[in-house]
Amino acid sequence: MVGEIKIEHARKTFVNPDGSSVTALEDVNLTVRPGSFVTFIGPSGCGKTTLLRAIAGLDPADSGAIFLDGEKITQPGVERGYAFQQANLFPWLNIRDNIAFGLKARKEYKEKKDDVAKFIEMTGLQGFENSYPHQVSGGMRQRAALARALVGHPKVLLLDEPLGALDAFTRMNMQDMILSLWKEYNMTMIMVTHDVDEAIYLSDEVVVMSARPAKVEQIIPIDLFRPRRRGQDTFLDYRRKILKILDFAGDIQDVDYYL
Amino acid sequence: MKQTLKKALPFLGLGFAAVTDRAIPNSTQQPEADGPYFFYFLLILAAAYLLAFLCSFFFQGLEEKLAHKAPFLAGAALLVAAINLAISKFALLPVLFFPCLDRVFGVFAADRALLLRCILASGKLLIIGFLIGGGLGFLTGVLIGFSKKASYWISPIMKFVGPIPPTSWSPLVLSLFTTAYAASVFMVALAVWFPVTLMTSSGIQNVGNSYFEVASTLGAGKFHKICHVAIPAAMPSIFLGIFYATCSAFVTLVTAELLGADAGLGWYLNWEKSMMMYANVYAGLILIAVICTLAITLVFKLKDHVLVWQRGVIKW
Ligand SMILES: Nc1ncnc2c1ncn2[C@@H]1O[C@H](COP(=O)(O)OP(=O)(O)O)[C@@H](O)[C@H]1O
Ligand SMILES: [Mg+2]
Repeated sequence: MVGEIKIEHARKTFVNPDGSSVTALEDVNLTVRPGSFVTFIGPSGCGKTTLLRAIAGLDPADSGAIFLDGEKITQPGVERGYAFQQANLFPWLNIRDNIAFGLKARKEYKEKKDDVAKFIEMTGLQGFENSYPHQVSGGMRQRAALARALVGHPKVLLLDEPLGALDAFTRMNMQDMILSLWKEYNMTMIMVTHDVDEAIYLSDEVVVMSARPAKVEQIIPIDLFRPRRRGQDTFLDYRRKILKILDFAGDIQDVDYYL
Repeated sequence: MKQTLKKALPFLGLGFAAVTDRAIPNSTQQPEADGPYFFYFLLILAAAYLLAFLCSFFFQGLEEKLAHKAPFLAGAALLVAAINLAISKFALLPVLFFPCLDRVFGVFAADRALLLRCILASGKLLIIGFLIGGGLGFLTGVLIGFSKKASYWISPIMKFVGPIPPTSWSPLVLSLFTTAYAASVFMVALAVWFPVTLMTSSGIQNVGNSYFEVASTLGAGKFHKICHVAIPAAMPSIFLGIFYATCSAFVTLVTAELLGADAGLGWYLNWEKSMMMYANVYAGLILIAVICTLAITLVFKLKDHVLVWQRGVIKW
């Protein structure tokens, strides 16, 4: 099994044009086991996206290092797929060509053509292959973005709140779809979310991050069998625990179901 | 039924134009024409519209389009009738500068061989100039849009040289090029180059960084990013540049053909004007307007074809 991510003393400070600076990451240390499903959860603006982008190699950390299977990450690479917070589909390509983009860019399209059809099917986009992004729903756009990131068979898939903009039902369906993709392809999943239930439902480990600058506050392993049920007592225990770390515990008494 | 009546409106306009033209004799101040050419012109228009009218009963799309355009066409016919009355029939304007419409349309019959030669000559000049200027403009634009260095060195020069009207280069150009034709091509190419370069480079510079990031994570190299991200994303802007270029190419044409061409629509206009043959000048103007409109329509059709994806995303 491959796809181990090791983050050692990652630091990142942004300097704004006016000279002020924002420290987004301060000494982040974390190891993600190969093939596991890990979610990052933390207050908005704490630095989750920054960390994910550093893993992707889009915006390297200022100091410290991030390794994939022992190799230092310095730039974006196919073995680390990335699904952006906004689907960011290419508006000038139809759904099929969007999904095929990576294969064509790497000149693998001829041999791996069938992969495109397979991922279209797995993400339930049959019948929309020839539609342009603006013609399909937000959920479909996210699924297409997921398929696009997956056709290269990455070792690690990085997901930045991919379901954040979707309605509750679409979101729950897509959580199941993401789990089945994960099972099928055995990759390491690292997902940012702001939804505690989503984190518990999906992951092997929930990484709770502190407010800015982001540090790993606590790592909570979720020992629940899959498929998990969102209403079960142990599930709710985990939720209470995480909300407590995030300092929102007071709110949950009368909220019966947090989506 | 109501739709059909609406579609028939242009016949009313054309009928009015034809009846007034036939019923009232041309003013005696106007030099005599070789024949009732304005009337022939109306007949041709009526026949063409009749064809569209009949076809519209079989094609839903055409039906709507025609019904939408019908009031405008009827109004245009009335306007032409009014011009005919004012100029040909009552000679309200000096007859030297405003020849009767029979003579204007007569030119198309009398000069048809020459006019055809002029259209071909101008078409050739425009196409060669457009290909050279557009091709170079596209390349310069991509270069400026993509390379900071190229932008640093070329961009200021482009912005300094570009806004100079291409036609004002004529004294310099004539001494630089050995043939007048090369000089004309140069001026048209220059007129095309500037807007295409400007809109291509600014189009590429405005492509959201997120698209390039997506391409990076998918393993795209620099060349793939240029061809498959930057250029398609900049296409709407590039087409805007091509549209401006088409207009300025026609503007330049008339002057470019002053440089010693022996055929061409611009040459024809200048020649006939110097001969005080205003009927011929008007005929040439009408021809240029029609061809320019056709060229722009072609650009728009091409744009709709290439940019199907942006239907409902970007408007201009
Ligand atoms: N490119 C940038 N330039 C300046 N500041 C940035 C930049 N990207 C992120 N930041 C700042 O870093 C902090 C963390 O951002 P981010 O990682 O996007 O947070 P989130 O946890 O919500 O994903 C925020 O305060 C944000 O304003
Ligand atoms: Mg974020």
